[in-house]
Amino acid sequence: MSAGFLAVVGVPPPHWATEVLQVTLLLLAAGGATTVVLCRAPKRQIVFLGAYGMLLALLFMVVQAPDVALSAITIGAVMLPLFLLLALAKIEKEDAE
Amino acid sequence: MASFYLWGMTGLPPFGTYRGPYGTIVNRVSVPDTHATGVVSVVNFVFRGFDTVGEEFILFVAAVGVALVLRHLREDEEVEGKDAAPGLDVPPTSEAVRLIALAFTGPTLVVGWFLATHAQTDPSGGFQGGVVIASAVVLIYLAGQYLSFRRLNPVDVLDSVEAAGAGGFVGVGLGTLAVSAPYLADVVPLGRVNGAVDAGGTIPFISLCVGVEVTAAFLLITSELLEQTLFLKEG
Repeated sequence: MSAGFLAVVGVPPPHWATEVLQVTLLLLAAGGATTVVLCRAPKRQIVFLGAYGMLLALLFMVVQAPDVALSAITIGAVMLPLFLLLALAKIEKEDAE
Repeated sequence: MASFYLWGMTGLPPFGTYRGPYGTIVNRVSVPDTHATGVVSVVNFVFRGFDTVGEEFILFVAAVGVALVLRHLREDEEVEGKDAAPGLDVPPTSEAVRLIALAFTGPTLVVGWFLATHAQTDPSGGFQGGVVIASAVVLIYLAGQYLSFRRLNPVDVLDSVEAAGAGGFVGVGLGTLAVSAPYLADVVPLGRVNGAVDAGGTIPFISLCVGVEVTAAFLLITSELLEQTLFLKEG
């Protein structure tokens, strides 16, 4: 990641850059989890869950685990909201009958 | 209670210290031993290959469980070929969603294939590639009708493909047994160049089998769930 920074900006990043990124993303993950839990409408909660999955994937990237980040993106931001939305649709269909 | 937790956390070593010997050994040994630069895949498929076989069967069993329960539920209730459920107020899919889903299906497929076949060179792997390919097929459902999605993955084909993938992984291990090496040892010739796509011995084969199995498993689960919501019920 510092190589990318160097290539784009032209100067090497400061030595505290990784720590700042990690702390920021940890705080955002904590805030995101609280948001998901405090949201009450199921459909909105699923959208928040997808966004939270992307945030977790960013966190995993910043602590240098790209395999885990790829898995987190595919599962947490694509498959999990899809399955939850399908289950929700099935429940609403049963309620409507 | 939170204060005890915080007090305990101040005694921990700083974030990122690593003391154990396993990581340093793996770092030193993995590239010369397997000529593969994707060290996570090396640990996953070569050093700890047997654990990964067990992991694959977790997904396999989960997909089979979903299929079993949901197919039993809809046995007496299904009317073939209708695409909408009554009593459900479904707005038509917006044109923007269909266009974007259509545009992204091809690139997603290519990215998934790349991930599944490059486990030995980049941070990727069979599992991630498989899920990306499955989501490319789901994009087809978003872009078009459910019926075209259904024609793309009939459930009998999905069942056999998933079994073939899981069985393929086990079969690679049995193949190494056939040349009198330990189960899942690295017997395919390693490439000459470290980190080339043909390097890494058995890793590309295993990764491909895993990708096939994961794709089929996720498509199976998705189509079972979709059929629950989209087919008419009788009575």
